[in-house]
Formats: sequence, C-alpha cells, structure tokens
Amino acid sequence: MDGACPLPLDEYPVVLLAHGGGGRLMQRLLDGLILPTLDVRAGQSLHDAARLDELLTDAAGRLAFTTDSYVVRPLFFPGGDIGTLAVCGTVNDLAMAGAQARALSVSLILEEGLPMQTLWQVLRSLRQSAAAAGVRIVTGDTKVVERGRADGVYINTAGIGAVPAGVSIHPGRVRAGDAVLLSGDIGRHGIAVLAQREGLQFETTIESDCQPLWPAVAALLDAGLDLHCLRDPTRGGLASALVEIARQAGVDVLLDEAALPVTPPVATACELLGFDPLHVACEGRLVAFVPAPQAQAALDLLRSAPGGEQAARIGAVRGPGGQVTLRSRYGIDRPLDMPAGELLPRIC
Amino acid sequence: MSSAEYRDPVTVRRLLDAIAGTVSRPWTLMEICGGQTHAILRAGIDRLLPPAVTLVHGPGCPVCVTPVGVIDQAIALAGRPEVTLCSFGDMLRVPGSCGDLLAARAAGGDVRVVYSPLDAVALAGREPKRQVVFLAVGFETTAPAAAAAVRQAQALDLPNFSLLCAQVRVAPAMAAILAAPDCRIQGFLAAGHVCAVMGLAEYAPLVARFGVPIVVAGFEPVDILTGVLHCLRQLEGGRARLENAYARAVSAQGNPAAQALVGEVFECVARDWRGLGELPESGLGLRAGYADFDAARRFGLAQTPAPDPGECLAGEVLQGRLRPDRCPAFGSRCTPQRPLGAPMVSSEGACAAYYRYRGPVA
Ligand code: SF4
Repeated sequence: MDGACPLPLDEYPVVLLAHGGGGRLMQRLLDGLILPTLDVRAGQSLHDAARLDELLTDAAGRLAFTTDSYVVRPLFFPGGDIGTLAVCGTVNDLAMAGAQARALSVSLILEEGLPMQTLWQVLRSLRQSAAAAGVRIVTGDTKVVERGRADGVYINTAGIGAVPAGVSIHPGRVRAGDAVLLSGDIGRHGIAVLAQREGLQFETTIESDCQPLWPAVAALLDAGLDLHCLRDPTRGGLASALVEIARQAGVDVLLDEAALPVTPPVATACELLGFDPLHVACEGRLVAFVPAPQAQAALDLLRSAPGGEQAARIGAVRGPGGQVTLRSRYGIDRPLDMPAGELLPRIC
Repeated sequence: MSSAEYRDPVTVRRLLDAIAGTVSRPWTLMEICGGQTHAILRAGIDRLLPPAVTLVHGPGCPVCVTPVGVIDQAIALAGRPEVTLCSFGDMLRVPGSCGDLLAARAAGGDVRVVYSPLDAVALAGREPKRQVVFLAVGFETTAPAAAAAVRQAQALDLPNFSLLCAQVRVAPAMAAILAAPDCRIQGFLAAGHVCAVMGLAEYAPLVARFGVPIVVAGFEPVDILTGVLHCLRQLEGGRARLENAYARAVSAQGNPAAQALVGEVFECVARDWRGLGELPESGLGLRAGYADFDAARRFGLAQTPAPDPGECLAGEVLQGRLRPDRCPAFGSRCTPQRPLGAPMVSSEGACAAYYRYRGPVA
C-alpha cells in the first residue's frame, strides 16, 4: 500500500466542503479513495448497515461492543498516527473484555482544506492497523466541516467483538492474592505526542507504544490462564487505570515502584516536564490481574508478545479496600491517585 | 549522566545512618525549593529521617508565590481580542480573584502553553498581527531565558512582543523568613539550580547576618540527604557556614554569562509575593532601556493589589509556618481538582506534594 494517493491530486489536492455534500464529488471520494484504501469488500457499502452474521457465527451470542472518538493533535507522531490510534484504541477496548474484534465502523469528520494526501495516509494507517489486528472495517460515514472547525481529521470507530466461551474478565473478579502484571514500559505514547505537538527535542526520539493488544490477550487465553481483569492504561495513565479498578473491585492494590518499567528517555522527559510517568498515557499496554500462581506463566507469555520485552510483575492485590498504594524504593508507602486534569508542563 | 546513582537505596541508607549518628537533639531545617519538597515527599525522606530532624518547606515555587494581582492582570490581558497570552503550563490553573487562565481560554481567550520564553518570541515573529505577551514568572533559573527573549525580540525588532514581569529572587525571601520574630528555621537547604545560575555570593551575607548554616543541595534523594547531613554536622558542631553539597552541578561563581544577561535586561525591584506581601529588592523588573517590552506599560495595566483569597493559608505554608496537611481546607475544600490556592495547583507546590504523596487525609 505504499506509493501515492490514488485520487488525481491535480484535480482536488485538498478536501472541499463539497466532498461531504452527498453528490458526485463525494461518490468520487468514496469510490476513488476511501473504499479502496480501507479495503472494504465489494457488496458492503459504507452507507448501509453491515450484515455481521458471517463474521460472528462462532460467537454464540457472547458479544462485546464499544466505541471511541479520536481527536489527536498532531495527526502524525513518532510511532503512529490518528489512523493507528483509531483502530488500536477500539480493538484494545474490546480485548480488555476478552473479546476479539471482528467488525469495525469508521466515521470520518474531515476539515475542509485537509490535503488529500494526508487523508490517504490516515486511511492507509486505518487499513494496515485493522489488518494487523485481524478486524474488518464493515461500515462507516464521512462528513466534511468548514475550515477551522476541526483539527484536520476526527475519527470515530465502533467495534464488535466475540468473547470466547468461558471467558469472563471484569473488575468484579479481582481477588486478594492476585498478581498485577504490566505488559511493557509506560508513558511513551503521551510523551511522543506531546513532544511532536510542542516541537520538543529530546536526545532520543520517543516513539508511541501504540499497538493492538489482542495478540497478547489471545496468547494468555490460549494458554488457559484465568484472567481476572484487564485494562489498558490510556488517558490518565497507569495510575488512573489501577485506581479505577481498585475502586470498582473494592480491593487494595500494592505497587512496587522499583518494578515499574520506564525507559530512560521517558523518565528524563517526564523529569524535565514535571510529569509522573504513572500519569502519562499508553496506547499499547495492558495491566492484567491474574491469580498469583499463574503470574510467572502469564509474564513469560507477555514478554514474548510483540513489544512486551519489558513486561513486569508490578504489584499485588492485598485485600478488601479500594486504594492503590505505591511502595517506594526506600520502602515508604504512599497513596496513588488519578491526576487532577490536563497534564501541564512545569515551570523550572 | 544517569540519575540512578543518586537514588540508590544503599547510598540512601548509608546517609540515613550517618545522619542518625550525627543528631543529638531536635533541629528544624527548611528546603527552599518546591522541587526539593516534591522529591522529599515522593521518596518519603521526611519519614526516613530521625524524628529529631524536621524539614519544613519553603517558598521556592514560582507558581505559588505569584500574587493574585498578577494572575488577574494575565486574565485581563487574555480577554483582549488582540492578545495571545503565553505561559508555562502550571500557571493556567492558578486561581485569580475570579477564575483562572484555563477558564479564560475556555471563554475564548488566546492562551497558549510554551516551554520557553523564546517560543513566545518566535510566535510573535510568526503572527505579527497579534500582541504576544509572555507571563514571566520564575526564580533566577528562568530569568536568563526571559532576558534572552527580550534581547531577541529587540534584535528582531518585534513590536508585538512583551513581558508581564513577575520574576522573583530567592535571597530576599530567605531574608524575610529569617527576619520574622517567630522564625524557627535553624538551617537552610538552598536550591541547587538557582545557585547553578547565580552562584553562592548572595548567601554569604545571610549566613553572617542570621547565623544559620546554608547548604546548597540538589534534587535527588542522595543529594537532599547529603545536604541535610552537612547542615546537621554544622549545627551539631555549633557552626554556621555556607557550604556547597552539590558541587557536581554548582560552582561558587555560578554562570557569569547568564548573570550578565539578566543584569543587562533586568534590575532589582520591590515585588509583591503571595502570602508574604511586598519584599524589597525581591523581584526583577525591566530596565529603562527595555521598558518598551513591559506589558504592564504597553497595555496600561493598573497595579491593583488583589487580596489573597480568604480561606487559603498559602502565606503560612510558604513561610514554613504551617504544614500543608494542617490547613483546615486541605483535602476537603481544597484539592487539586478544585484548588483554593496556588500551592495546591503547581507541580512544585507544597500542598500539592502532600496531597499527591500522602493522600487527601494526612
Ligand atoms: S491546602 Fe489549599 S487552602 Fe490550604 S494553604 Fe494549601 S492551597 Fe491554600
């Protein structure tokens, strides 16, 4: 899929309001660019509702459904772009319920003036990420808004996934004695996007960790491990994800600071900006709560999954409560909370 | 340089043992810098020290000490259609008399986060039709960059760049704290990065006048404990000297080029501090030759000293008289989500440090 945008750019090098008008120009955009680039199968149309029976015959009625909207600025950043995010985000939300994504909808909100070439790159990423995640894009929509009313492209994706028989993954199953595992180093996505947006130069380019998590989840499920709860620490970072689970499950979680994987470039960037890596977003990491006796097996599988070299056992569930506590390298405990709001870089 | 060695648990333990072996009676030390306060609470250093050693937290957070009046001026500027107000991120959530800069932005104001005053100058170059104002808060660490920004704006002949000056100096604040009749501080940890710019000269008169040891310290657990140990050794030995326990980053003369730049653009002026009131010689204002870059002058901003908000005890906290978690509002009516005062907002604020590392109820 490399090369150039399939639409002749000398005609319409940028998106026009008319591309959203439902007329011939819109048809041309759909038939000439969007449908072929997204590899939507003949017989399916982005305007009609998709029939899913064929994709879900083995699901035996156990389905999961989720939706999310993607509004990242800038559209492209080291390690990914809004297209990769829009697929991975939704596929990963399904995976966290133990569901393999089967069908995805893609709604595009385009800003007038968006270069066709940029749209094509985003579509290409959508398709490649969908292929990597093993999910089909089956329906969608396209709208164009006036210049200045969007950051180039907004994408909404919704996904339907099938939950394998016998799988039940949710905070209610978290128990005292569970081990807490993390599938890789934290903080890369948030710092990669911020650095790109603000033009910050660090010694090493920090790449987003954006990737589909289903392969890791599938490996854990295939091995017959009893996954009690999964969560991907996106906005709000690892701290928010764990605080949420601890509250929902009504358990106390003890984290070991020394075990938390943070790469030196991310640690340095966080120090400079005054961020706690625990609060910075990931897009390709998961936290798993598993019974302690299965922890080592699960960790081995996570480490051999793509991008999982740094997977670590970061803590344990202690008992009833609802709090997350971080034990420092020096043996001092402190409570962990969600960040207050937008992460704002510090002053000196 | 890897910072890991300055966090090494074995070294930390050794220093703690040395401190325990040094202390024979209670001592109260103040760390000036909010960055140190956060490092202390984060690593739990205050809980690792022997009970005889009390650390109190100083006014060393530029966001916290910026008075309400300046925030109000910034909000007023952000409300003008021709103005783009640039600031470091922390400032956006500090409450003014009514609302904060985030709210001003939500109301349509052009408020932007920058990482350096030079970014604001570049913005002024790119957008000649807009008036770009940089809210210049900070201690001596940020003053050279602010000075450089003014010089650059002058060199580029940018008529649309100006500074809303709120730069402050550490030494006058230390003098004010020590001069207070009920001061209980017996030794100081000075902020390493301020000294990296300014050197040590400013502190010698303080040591002589007040008879307290001042030890320059860094920001990692090992740096802070080394500073504490040196300070305690002096106190136990009945000495009061100026000492540098952060020689890997700080030299006695500091950074002469940066000092020259600051001296060229700025002069010492009296400045209002949140909670501390007006302190003589405690701020930096633009010299006459650079007065064109003064936003207060350009926009005819009135000096309206707004009162500190009633319920917030930031002044007591900033002088080390009140431990943040003993403020009646702490964790209840004042949280990072709904801060009453600046020390709960800033990533260097003492109240924020207690909330973050100790939880809402201490
Ligand atoms: S806890 Fe809140 S109200 Fe109390 S001093 Fe700190 S910032 Fe002010």
